[in-house]
Amino acid sequence: MKRTVIEAASILLGVLLLIWSLMPVYNMLLIALDPDEGDIEFEGLLWPPEPSLRSFQTVLTQGYWLVEDFWRQLGHSFFIGLMTMFLTMLIGSLASFALGRLRVSDGWLLTNVPLLTYAVPASFLVIPFARLMASYGLANSLWAIVAANVTFATPYAIVILRQYATLIPIELDQAAQVDGASPAQVYRRIYLPLMAPALAAIGTFALLLAWNEYLYQYVLLSSTRNMTVAVAIAQFFNSDEAPWNYMMATAILYAVPPIVIFYAIRRYVVAGLTGGAIRSR
Amino acid sequence: MTIAERGSLVVSHRIAFESQQGRVLTFGSDRAWAAAFVAPYAAVFLAFVVYPVGHGLWMASDLALYRELAANPLYARTVVNTALYVGLGVNVTMFLALLLSGFFMRPRWWIKALLPVFILPWALPSIPAFVSFHWMLIGEEGLVNSVLARLGVHGPLWFTDRALALGWDIVAYVWKWLPFWTLTFFAARTAIPLEIYEAAAVDGATGCRRFTHVVFPLLGNLYLVCTLLFTLWTTGDFTTVSLVSEGAPSYSTNVLATLGIHYAFEAARPALGVAAVMSAVPVLIPIAIGLMRTVQTRRIQL
Repeated sequence: MKRTVIEAASILLGVLLLIWSLMPVYNMLLIALDPDEGDIEFEGLLWPPEPSLRSFQTVLTQGYWLVEDFWRQLGHSFFIGLMTMFLTMLIGSLASFALGRLRVSDGWLLTNVPLLTYAVPASFLVIPFARLMASYGLANSLWAIVAANVTFATPYAIVILRQYATLIPIELDQAAQVDGASPAQVYRRIYLPLMAPALAAIGTFALLLAWNEYLYQYVLLSSTRNMTVAVAIAQFFNSDEAPWNYMMATAILYAVPPIVIFYAIRRYVVAGLTGGAIRSR
Repeated sequence: MTIAERGSLVVSHRIAFESQQGRVLTFGSDRAWAAAFVAPYAAVFLAFVVYPVGHGLWMASDLALYRELAANPLYARTVVNTALYVGLGVNVTMFLALLLSGFFMRPRWWIKALLPVFILPWALPSIPAFVSFHWMLIGEEGLVNSVLARLGVHGPLWFTDRALALGWDIVAYVWKWLPFWTLTFFAARTAIPLEIYEAAAVDGATGCRRFTHVVFPLLGNLYLVCTLLFTLWTTGDFTTVSLVSEGAPSYSTNVLATLGIHYAFEAARPALGVAAVMSAVPVLIPIAIGLMRTVQTRRIQL
């Protein structure tokens, strides 16, 4: 009896979670599948009367002025996302290797100073950041966005990598060094391969951070030439008679790449996320 | 701290100490290597954290700005909003994530199949997600009100009421971040050795008791670290409020991040904008230091 109740409750919870997770996604599809530049969202329909992929086609062929730079903007988003991912993994792994494996005597302060970055959240810094980018000669440049993303992704990356590194016995490094390997070789031949799951986790984290990021792109990339898809989507709000089905179609297309990448390496992400946190006890 | 924990702390201190001694004896040039490995991050930290923070503090150093803020009711309301947004957003997310991670541990095929769907909000970029939330709620005929109408309920105009609008900001934020933290706790739970559960079951700890006496003590530290980290991240959140409620009705649902941007760009008062957000930093610094210390103790308990 009690068992049946628990089973029924968990099925109910499952159904609720399904609705909870998918409702905003369904709403996007509902609006995007509307063939007219239309007002489906103003008629209270729960199903598009004549579903059509026309709005996706319009976006992909850049057939409307608000989406006329879609592919170039997507290229910019990719550049920012992949660069953020790569540099976060590189800089984070180098720093975590130095702080965790080549133990310097005054370890803990040095290790945790990166976390102080979060005492002043990214959105709080955007105004001085924009001014400094101008003085660094990076105004209106995609690199400015990459720099901001890497700055705010790396502290978390270092924490996760350091946690995970506790799973790898230090004796491995020592054995390699006895055999004459330099720290650089230990880093490349031992540390990086064994850290693969954690690197996948923080790589995903950095990519999603870049893909989620909107404020810096909005503030720093003012010209249409350098705009990204995220900013372009928000641009729809500024236009008086924006076709919302095109906006939703753009939004869905923008959401596809991170989702594909994420699900492709999901296994590693789960393994890497907190690998060292509990097992090390 | 229990005696056992204290014991493990002492032991691990000793291990750390001994291995440190050993390493100092064996590899004298580590320090130079370490400096080389840390250099890229140090450069990033100096150029993109220290320098902008310094510049920001300098921009916001005029005390008259704070007198102006203190006299402005909009600022006071924004501070209350931020406290509500962070307090509810963080704690609801964390608590639900902890419970749901247990749900996803249940050995059922359909729960395993549900996990990838449940993770979708995290993988979905913020902009599309929050734009969709905005459209679900707008006017009389958003999806939410349409569904409510089918159920015979006349839904309100969500963005005409401060409490409702702020409430939806929080719901959207929880929706977006719940999967990430659920996954974190899920990964941590899968790492708890089965023998611990078995031993606990022999001692009579199952169900709720297992949660309070076995799982939570093991995950407690992680829970604290995640909560502190998420508090810092949430305080800086700009995208949710700026896209879901857009500060409506009449700027009454702004949080500090959106208010700062509003001052800086729409009102063309950058210094006032920086002062508005910097006023939260004295609260955030102790949280960041607490986070540093908590992460540190966790590392010691090897």
